[in-house]
Amino acid sequence: MACSSSSSPPTSIKGAAVDNEERPHVLAVDDSLVDRKLIERLLTNSACKVTTAENGQRAMELLGLGDGQHTINNRESINLIITDYWMPGMTGYELLKKIKESSDLKEIPVVIVSSENVPTRIKKCLEEGAQEFMLKPLQQSDVKKLRFHMMKLSKPTKSMPLPKSAHKF
Amino acid sequence: MDLVSQMQRQFVDYKNSLFREGFLDDQFKQLLQLQDESNPGFVVEVVSLFFQDSEKLLNNLATALQQQIVDYKQVDAYVHQFKGSSSSIGALKVKNECVAFRNYCDEKNRERCEKCLEQLKREYIAVKNKLGTLFQMERHILLRGGSIPLE
Repeated sequence: MACSSSSSPPTSIKGAAVDNEERPHVLAVDDSLVDRKLIERLLTNSACKVTTAENGQRAMELLGLGDGQHTINNRESINLIITDYWMPGMTGYELLKKIKESSDLKEIPVVIVSSENVPTRIKKCLEEGAQEFMLKPLQQSDVKKLRFHMMKLSKPTKSMPLPKSAHKF
Repeated sequence: MDLVSQMQRQFVDYKNSLFREGFLDDQFKQLLQLQDESNPGFVVEVVSLFFQDSEKLLNNLATALQQQIVDYKQVDAYVHQFKGSSSSIGALKVKNECVAFRNYCDEKNRERCEKCLEQLKREYIAVKNKLGTLFQMERHILLRGGSIPLE
């Protein structure tokens, strides 16, 4: 039941080599094992470091909003949260709200994904501060787009050379 | 034509037939594209997860529909999950069956839901067998030192 944190070493990523420090760290939340596997692959292929969580509660724990036992090392390193909308227990919308209510985490962009195209749902999520709402199943092009946004949105924490792969997107 | 070439030809034909007959859609092609030298078992891995997930869901659905008082919200939730996972791997017929099933959940029609479950099971078993055959053909080619043709 523990979250899986797995990301391929840079050498196996297609395209320009990106060293570890430049890779955005994405937290992907989805109750479906199949979808977690998929999103992990899509993100890894886009040179992202990925941590997955199987529900909102687990995601909160990893972000340090839970009991604080098993947080990601340096949660400030999370550059993007992608969450499924419909999950048992806590929905992606509820998770979004909790993140936006937290002074520590509200700056992290949150993307909601859903298999259903419901305009009221999309509106609700965007109004609550979701960066974007995307339809499942996600394609590599969707993830590339997100990667590009992350590059634009990331706060420079130290002086970094221009990411080598930015020009690809 | 040597044996490996023959097998490769048969593999491609079989794979194409699955798309043509509507068992698989473009999403499966996406999965194939996500597989590469660093992740050669990716498709088999994801599909295996789908099989495990599906069998659990089918059991849960059977149990839910056997209750004296059926919780249609729960049934709908299971079908929604199944629709999601089948859509994610490109199992088109299974996904379509789930869509139809959900309509009957809304109507709270037990008999039709039971029929849907039977139909869903049939479609699932059909695609499971097809994919099983496809992967087996792949293994046989690899065992004989051949490579898996993309087209």
